[in-house]
Amino acid sequence: MSLLDREAAGVVMTPDNIRTKRLPLGINLGIAAAGLLIAAAVVYGFGIGNYVLVVVLGVVFYLIGLQVVAGRIEGPRTARDRMWKTLIYAACVLAILPLASVVWTLVSKGVERLDGNFFGTSMNNIGARDPEGGAYHAIIGTLEQVGIATLIAVPLGVLGAIYLVEYGRGRFANTVRFFVDVMTGIPSIVAGLFILSFWVLIVSPWFNNGTPRFSGFAASLALTVLMLPTIVRSTEEMLRLVPGPLREGAYALGVPQWKTILKVVLPTALPGIVTGVMLAVARAAGETAPVLLVAGGAASINFNPFEGGQQSLALFVYQQAGDASRYAPARAWTAALTLVAIVLILTIAAKLLARRNSLSK
Amino acid sequence: MGDYPSSRSENATASDSGVIGRHTRGAGTGVSPSSHDEPPFGGGGGALPKKARFGMEAGFKGLSVAAGAMVLVIIVAIAIFLISKAVPAIRADNENFLTFNQWFPNETEPRFGIAVLAFGTLLTSIIALLVAVPIALGIALFLSHYAPRRLATPLGFVIDLLAAVPSVVFGLWGRDVFMEPVREFSTWLNKYFSWIPIFGGDGPFGRSVLLGSLVLAIMVLPIVTSLSREVFRQTPGMNEEAALALGATKWEMIRTAVLPYGKPGVIAAVMLGLGRALGETIALAMTLGIVFNISFNIIENGGNSIAANIANAFGEANETGRGALIASGLVLFAITLVVNMAARAIIYRRREFRDSAA
Amino acid sequence: MAKRIEASNVSSYYGSFKAIDSVSMTVEPKTITALIGPSGCGKSTFLRSVNRMHEVLPGARIEGSLTIDDQNIYDPDVDVTAVRRMIGMVFQRPNPFPTMSIYENVVAGLKLNGVKKKSVLDDAAEQSLKSANLWNEVKDRLNRPGAGLSGGQQQRLCIARTIAVEPQVVLMDEPCSALDPISTLAIEDLMFKLKDRFTIIIVTHNMQQAARVSDKTGFFSIDKTGDPGRLIEYDDTQKIFSNPTEKKTEDYITGRFG
Repeated sequence: MSLLDREAAGVVMTPDNIRTKRLPLGINLGIAAAGLLIAAAVVYGFGIGNYVLVVVLGVVFYLIGLQVVAGRIEGPRTARDRMWKTLIYAACVLAILPLASVVWTLVSKGVERLDGNFFGTSMNNIGARDPEGGAYHAIIGTLEQVGIATLIAVPLGVLGAIYLVEYGRGRFANTVRFFVDVMTGIPSIVAGLFILSFWVLIVSPWFNNGTPRFSGFAASLALTVLMLPTIVRSTEEMLRLVPGPLREGAYALGVPQWKTILKVVLPTALPGIVTGVMLAVARAAGETAPVLLVAGGAASINFNPFEGGQQSLALFVYQQAGDASRYAPARAWTAALTLVAIVLILTIAAKLLARRNSLSK
Repeated sequence: MGDYPSSRSENATASDSGVIGRHTRGAGTGVSPSSHDEPPFGGGGGALPKKARFGMEAGFKGLSVAAGAMVLVIIVAIAIFLISKAVPAIRADNENFLTFNQWFPNETEPRFGIAVLAFGTLLTSIIALLVAVPIALGIALFLSHYAPRRLATPLGFVIDLLAAVPSVVFGLWGRDVFMEPVREFSTWLNKYFSWIPIFGGDGPFGRSVLLGSLVLAIMVLPIVTSLSREVFRQTPGMNEEAALALGATKWEMIRTAVLPYGKPGVIAAVMLGLGRALGETIALAMTLGIVFNISFNIIENGGNSIAANIANAFGEANETGRGALIASGLVLFAITLVVNMAARAIIYRRREFRDSAA
Repeated sequence: MAKRIEASNVSSYYGSFKAIDSVSMTVEPKTITALIGPSGCGKSTFLRSVNRMHEVLPGARIEGSLTIDDQNIYDPDVDVTAVRRMIGMVFQRPNPFPTMSIYENVVAGLKLNGVKKKSVLDDAAEQSLKSANLWNEVKDRLNRPGAGLSGGQQQRLCIARTIAVEPQVVLMDEPCSALDPISTLAIEDLMFKLKDRFTIIIVTHNMQQAARVSDKTGFFSIDKTGDPGRLIEYDDTQKIFSNPTEKKTEDYITGRFG
């Protein structure tokens, strides 16, 4: 006997009728139009806003109307399903808007100074009234700082990952693994402050006659701190994907473990490791805060990362954006466009490489 | 990283699909040979070669252990060096560092406190998360359960790219482009809702907590989205089918099977987003008004944060000034460390749970 | 309660791949029908077509008509969720919701249908668990996680969850393939009991099981990999296992292939 026959009035457990009415598209569009019209009437009638408010209110009215009408026709469950679906789609549209705006302004404002002068000159002797000036020195700075940081972070990170995968057992390894993850969340400004207090203020005075020395190398150290956990993490994932039998095969031939790692494991995982490194490099190239604190900044070209202040592209964007000259914004936008282009090319290349990587499939 | 082409259709291909999870931890570990340094020499009938004490094997292992330990060393070193520079500055402070709400560290009698900065950091981060999290979860669900694959893959790619855009670019966009609409919106809010304290004031509007928080929200969005998407994707297909077979609508299926399963992961994602928001520097330095007062008004010019203040005040700081900024950075480091550790602890516990269940 | 199912010329596809080719069969109310056949012959696909779970997979579609008491469940104006409420399903692997307690698992379907009253839910939970022969084992720990039960108990929990919404047909997709012999017997006993109330269709790899529990048996087969599965023979279980009409069925029953 069905226990639901006697209880739960109004709940149709197993409906004999499986047919349902659907909300016709016409009614759906009708509700949308009505919502917009009412919104327009309210907004302009009371004079409380412009077209943006009409759209926002229109969407709200549409959702309410849809819920009510669909609830009548289709039942509350289907109506709720429809409501959430609409909201989820709306979230996507809402997120695309600022992104589109960023891309559009980057391109439209960035092309203004996209010329040879911008990429061939520095800001040396460029006054507030000079429309010229470029980011040559900043590009040099970014390349050198990120390059040095990569040179330090990659061996360290790959070795760290090898430890975690090949040797690490027990509590210490788990602690290291945990703090690698935690370290990915350290704010970049804190990394900058660390290098400032450690390298610039305490170590560098030793070989600079007692005065702190801001330099591109200090920026590299800060970027290293930021790149290291990313590289360890991605390399670790890749090393774990190397099939165990591959290692066992080498061990069975009497090859020592370190040689197995260097000659068998690393080459197999190499494409994946390169992907991770490229993503880390892309992130480091876009960092402003640590460079601002320790690189010193400079208006002129300085090829020497160990002596004298250095500029970087991201820092250049920040400084030009804060500059009073009316030519500065154009320089800032073009530098931003260049920076985004570099970062995105690196990121996209890394992702495409990852997609072709046979291990991660 | 994070780019797993495995898709929903694969996950749900057959009725016998098991617990779906990325067994990143399974494949290639745990093989350790009896470690000897050189292969045994051929010929002879003597004893096997002894294990060398200092060979390549020990050297290589030592190097890798040192590299692994480097991470711990760096985190400890950050704390030590920040403290070593912060303590003298805090000693020189003529006011209470935790409660005083002004920032004059460069004077002969330095007076500074972190109250305003800590408040501003929390306020902007919380508003940013309030805006970003619902939208991020919506997009994550769209990518994992609603979008056709043709659309989900490129859209997921775009979200990942959004995460790669440098913060200085968002700061520049926020100040040069986004400030105008926010100013108009603020004026409108002030006109009709000034009776709500957070929308009060007489202006000027625009370079406000609202602008900073919204820019921050856009920057946090991709992190929360991509982590939540991964979590939602890992919902066992058989649980989704169980819900559908009970007659659940799609949304009911999500509420019954997907959301409860993903809850710990989503919490962790939100906390990682919070960590990012708390530490964000340049975008806030370019969009906040940098004012020293504690106010809940979010539309008037104003707002400040620990990180933004460091970027802004660093240029003119003398030795005590630098120390004061480092002290504020130390506070930021401590907060983000706690937030990140909590988030990671949740993720780790969840991973153990999942692996043991599988 | 129980209803009669009639499939005529049902063909199911995964994208462009045809998984089963024009299957026709009639399932009488309050009977147990077993579907047997070699792996990949489409018997599970057919089962999933009966409650429209087949179309959950991307690219999956179906041709032909499937009626339940003369209503075609594939008509365009049919509410899929109503179909699935009417035709419950038990899966190959026990799949209780991992985040829910035993109690919450059983009443999950009722809650979805808007039943909020505690007394109704309690009643339904007890009745369903009793019907699923699980009540005595779990009545003291209803608030413990469902995932903490043994495999056989989990599967009975899933059956309880399925029958709690009072369906008219219960589909079982190899419900015992992940269970030990004792749990399997418990489920088979349960099927006999449920037969009084529901129409049951069960897919099984185990021919003894089919012979033991079912009234009618359908034999599916494929010619070679890549070909669609077909219903070779459908008749009384007695007949299929003692004196099948088709040579292929006999070969399969006697273990000559598959």
